[in-house]
Formats: sequence, C-alpha cells, structure tokens
Amino acid sequence: MGIIQKSQVKSPWIMHFCNSSCNGCDIEVLASLTPLYDVERFGIVNMGNPKHADVLVVTGPVNYRTARVLKNLYDQIPDPKMVIAVGACASTGGVFHNCYNILGGVDKVLPVDVYVPGCAARPEAIIDGVVLALQKLSKAVGVAK
Amino acid sequence: MSQLWIAVIAVVAAPFVGGFLSGIDRRVTARLQGRYGPPIVQPFYDFFKLLGKGRIATSKTQFIWIISYLVFMIACLLFLVLQQDILLLVFLLGFAGISFVLAGFSTKSPYSHFGANRELLQILSYEPILLLFALGVYSQTGSFMISDILASEAPLLASIWPIFIALLVVLTIKMRKSPFDIATSHHGHQELVKGIMTEISGPYYALVTLTEWYELVLLLGIVALFWANPLWIGILIALAAFVLELFVDNINARMTGGWMVRFSWAVGLVLCIVTLTYWWIMKGVF
Repeated sequence: MGIIQKSQVKSPWIMHFCNSSCNGCDIEVLASLTPLYDVERFGIVNMGNPKHADVLVVTGPVNYRTARVLKNLYDQIPDPKMVIAVGACASTGGVFHNCYNILGGVDKVLPVDVYVPGCAARPEAIIDGVVLALQKLSKAVGVAK
Repeated sequence: MSQLWIAVIAVVAAPFVGGFLSGIDRRVTARLQGRYGPPIVQPFYDFFKLLGKGRIATSKTQFIWIISYLVFMIACLLFLVLQQDILLLVFLLGFAGISFVLAGFSTKSPYSHFGANRELLQILSYEPILLLFALGVYSQTGSFMISDILASEAPLLASIWPIFIALLVVLTIKMRKSPFDIATSHHGHQELVKGIMTEISGPYYALVTLTEWYELVLLLGIVALFWANPLWIGILIALAAFVLELFVDNINARMTGGWMVRFSWAVGLVLCIVTLTYWWIMKGVF
C-alpha cells in the first residue's frame, strides 16, 4: 500500500454532468456540497473541469445528443476514474424508459461503478454512493481487502 | 558548507510548511463558512493523488514551462534563505510568474489563454510594488542584501509601514485569494472553467501545487523581513498576515481584472511612492 494509493481514496474530486434529467438529482448533488452535508470533510471537491476530476457523477437518462458529450467527458478524465449514476433515470432510464430519443441508463454508454437509487436521490444516498465507489476503488488499487 | 545545509533544509522543509499552511487555510475557510472542513493533511492527499493520475498531454512545451516555474520559485526561496540580493529575488520571481504565463499560452485552449492573459494582469499589478519594496529596503539599510536587513537593529515595519500595507495586497494577489483571484481561483473555490489551470492536469497539476507551496513560504518569508530582528516577531507578523488573508478571502467577492490593476496601482503604488519620497526628503538617500 503506497502513499499514492492511499491518497487516491482520500481525495476524490467529482465532476457532475447532467444528461437530460429534470434537474431534481442535480439539485440534490449540489445540496450535498452545502454546509449541511459538507462533503469536503472527505476531501470531495466539485470540479468543473474533467481533466482535474476523479469521479464522474452523472444524472438523468442518456439521449442521442448527450451520449457523445458524455463519452468525450469520460475520455478526458485521467485514470484512475470512477462513474456514479445518480437517480433512477441515470440508472435505468426511469420514467423516460423506451422514449424515442432515449438510449437508457448511463451504463448503455459508460462502464458504471455505482448506481444510486431514488427519484430524486437524496444527498445522503449520493454521499453513500461516493463512499461505495471509494471502497471499490480502494479494493482495485489494493488498499483494502 | 553551512550555507549548503541551510539551502537543502529550506528546499526540503518549505513544501511541508506550505502544505500544512494551505491545510490550515482550507480548515479555517470551512469554519468561517459554517462547515467542518477537510483534515489538515488534505493538501498532501491531493498532491499525492495528482502524482498518481494518468498523464494527458495537450502540449509538451507546457511541461517545460511548468518545471521552470518550479525551478525559478525554488531559486527565489534559496535567494531568501541564503540572504542574497532582494532586487534579484524580485526579478527571479517575475520570471517565475512569466514561466507560468507561458505554460498557459502554450496550449490551444482559449480558456487557458484567457487565464494566461489574466495572470499577466496580475503580474502587472504586483511586480511594480515588489520593485518599490526593494527600493524601500535600500532607503533604510543602504543595500539590497537581505543579510543587511537581518543585521540592522531597527525594524523595517516602523519606518516603511505603508509599503507593508502595499505588500499585503501583493500577498492577496499571489495567494490567489478573493478579490484578486483573477487568473484562477484558489483551491477552495469551485468554478466552471479553471482559468490558467484548465489544461494542466495530473502530475503537472501536482507540480503547480508544489510551486504554490514554495511561493507561499517565500512570500511569508518576505513579509517576515519587516521585523527581522528578532526574527520570531517577523514570523508572527507573517502568520498574522496569512490569517488576515483568509478573512479577506472570505468576506470579498471576486473583482474584475481591470479593477485589480486600478486598485493595486492606486493604493499600493501610491503608498510605496509616498514612503520613498518621504525618506528621500528626510535622509537624502538614492
């Protein structure tokens, strides 16, 4: 266990991308950054730039327009990276399932690591999702058993 | 030989001091905003994580300029701890700033270019004040050597205190604190496009962070020179200035680049020139 692997778990910088959601989950993602939940306690910082991010937090169902934007953003994040699908729509397509313009959940385009349920997902659930993603990352880099 | 040891200790210890100070910075800022805040060692976690990230090359020239930014900043710090010429230190610091600007200009991203232009505006704001600070030191000690400041009995703060106020403005600009975080914001602030940092990612972001730690220690060291004898009072003054910057950061919004230049020239330059003129009349130096 090196210091770099330990630091990767301690300092996840998230980037938030909204596909075509109703903005309910986006508001909840931003709510978890407020003083009430204060995710900076865990070193989580919201980044606007994919080149600085570690974790891609995606809300909303993927449509034909946003699919290539989503792929582009994912490719710009340097390794190691995680993807979290927040909300029912990002996980499965939700109420937009089988719409003519909707591809479905985020996993139709990207490899998703953690699915966060809820409509809209609560901030507690989102923080829980990030923690789960970090546990997965720490297993992948060999910090935890 | 002892000079060599001082240099080695300074180069090794400065990042630890700088990282620790920026950890305190994030903690104090969080407390001022009613949050709990990250652990004090969080900047080190960020630094090592960034070192382990993959490299995405948009321009290879940029890497050379980032490394030269680091090297010139270390050279500045060595000038300070080895008690060399303060005028040359100011010029070296200027070249370090220019290296960072060129790092911003060496990519094709327009956001990076915007950031680099704004960084140039920042250099335009603080560089004349630093130059006049060196002249102010000369007016008191009769030389530009830092060793002479440390040898002199009377503190600089008593005689050229207006220049100290101007230097606090420089400190705000160099620490990238509001209202002067024009080129890119300091870490605690979150923004859509990260100015000059837009194209700098992974290990190179870590190098820029390391340079900023060196820069913080260097600037606080320069502030400490205002009470060089005994030096511990100067260090206390520097730490007080650091805490003051955190408060200034949290009670101000970001201003425009033009406002920054107008403010720093109208307040900083005028304070410096008035002080220098006063001492020119009183002592007939220069």
